[in-house]
Amino acid sequence: MSNVATAGDQPVHDSEATGQYYTGVVKAFAIMTVVWGVVGMAVGVLLAAQLVWPDLNNLLQPYTHFGRLRPLHTNAVIFAFGGCALFATSYHVVQRTCRTRLISNGAAWFTFWGWQLVILAAAITLPMGFTSSKEYAELEWPIDIAITIVWLVYAYVFFGTIMKRTIKHIYVANWFYGGFILTVAMLHVVNSMEVPVSMWKSYSVYSGAIDAMIQWWYGHNAVGFFLTAGFLGMMYYFVPKQAERPVYSYRLSIVHFWALIALYIWAGPHHLHYTALPDWTQTLGMVMSLVLWAPSWGGMINGIMTLSGAWTKLRTDPTLRFLVVSLSFYAMATFEGPMMAIKSVNAMSHYTDWTIGHVHSGALGWVAMISIGAVYHLIPVLTQRKEMWSVQLIHAHFWLATIGTVLYIASMWVNGLMQGLMWRAFNDDGTLTYRFVDSVEASYPGYFVRLLGGAMFLAGMLLMLYNLYRTVSDKEPEQSSDAAAAPGQPA
Amino acid sequence: MDQGTLQGIGTILAMLAFGGVIWWALSPHKKKDFEEAAQLPFEEGELDGDSQSDEKRQDL
Repeated sequence: MSNVATAGDQPVHDSEATGQYYTGVVKAFAIMTVVWGVVGMAVGVLLAAQLVWPDLNNLLQPYTHFGRLRPLHTNAVIFAFGGCALFATSYHVVQRTCRTRLISNGAAWFTFWGWQLVILAAAITLPMGFTSSKEYAELEWPIDIAITIVWLVYAYVFFGTIMKRTIKHIYVANWFYGGFILTVAMLHVVNSMEVPVSMWKSYSVYSGAIDAMIQWWYGHNAVGFFLTAGFLGMMYYFVPKQAERPVYSYRLSIVHFWALIALYIWAGPHHLHYTALPDWTQTLGMVMSLVLWAPSWGGMINGIMTLSGAWTKLRTDPTLRFLVVSLSFYAMATFEGPMMAIKSVNAMSHYTDWTIGHVHSGALGWVAMISIGAVYHLIPVLTQRKEMWSVQLIHAHFWLATIGTVLYIASMWVNGLMQGLMWRAFNDDGTLTYRFVDSVEASYPGYFVRLLGGAMFLAGMLLMLYNLYRTVSDKEPEQSSDAAAAPGQPA
Repeated sequence: MDQGTLQGIGTILAMLAFGGVIWWALSPHKKKDFEEAAQLPFEEGELDGDSQSDEKRQDL
């Protein structure tokens, strides 16, 4: 039995011709990935600045209040930046690894415009204060319905394309993308069950501890499936592609997929340690989070070992650096996560800046960096160029992003540990050693370093936007085979 | 049978299914197929003209 019908008569390293694949919608999503990345991260930098200089809340009250901009930032970076990256890469990968066109170009474009409309609606309603107050699911019910419609069409395009594949085997990246699409549909529909009372106000059908558990079942699996499984699909295509080597162990990738899918779904209760959630549920969530360490690191090792024998490429290829460093941050974040899920560690870390640092270790280091690497790989392929307009700018972007992320997470570690220790410090007579505001004052230096790190990351994204603009607007595409343009030189 | 017993059976079945996946992934006769599958990202040149049929090409 052969998995690959055409294997054997194809050269292993084929040309990057766009062929007859649908590239328009992939390109549109890839461009919007960078645009929304800049917008979402700019809001993040403003929020970081507000924590250093609280007067910045008053730019345009009440719309620029931290409480209103914070969900705008999280929605923009997760669903607009991350979402567009997932749409772009999944449409690209599913066509090429199934050797067929998308089942419907029209439906794919519907998901593009539908998704942009959802993002626009979020950008308007969140600053106006319309929120269901569920973290990462703040959007009100009309937008929830719009998301559901777009998502169903996305599932139709993705799985329809897999159905009409001309290759028997479904490549592992598509399993991860498929798992992400199915699970996010389920999570979104279940968590967004709400009773509308007016156009922009609704109440959850769940109540009390059950509402909290449903919310964090959703919330943690938004991390596990939206921000992990989907991006692992990206890893299994773009890391081999950029390294020009097949994945280290295909067998491990299969075990990785099923282990991750089976385990992630149970980890949500670690967001609710020491709350009204039953104690056994908290302990279960902690244990499942610890077990999750195994598939996370198995997959990470599979990605990094794909480079074995090709490590020298890292010296010259900044796109590959983005992809590999994203895996390093993934390793750090998925080690840190289970550790923070341990109840006694969580007793100190929860509600401190350590959590914010952990999230950004994953969000900047893993999700953003692998998306950036994938887009730097995609744009030249889609525009039939050998490389981006400037490779030097990719180098600069890489260092801004890496140093920015390190500054961000290091400052939040320091702040988080300090806050956790200050809040639990007692005097001999049993009174608290510090007032809460003492810990806020002590946090200012960390907030400033975090602002620097975030600003550096944003500066890198601006370089990317400029590089993207120059690459796409360049009138005369180079031929793939034309080796005349030296790296780093404008075409 | 009470709920706890049913849940216990469900857990055992899920573990067996996962064991089955590992056995399947590691079985020696799948080695060659997986090596071919791992090459899929590199065999994506132009689509052949009108071979856009919905028939899956299977040379079993």
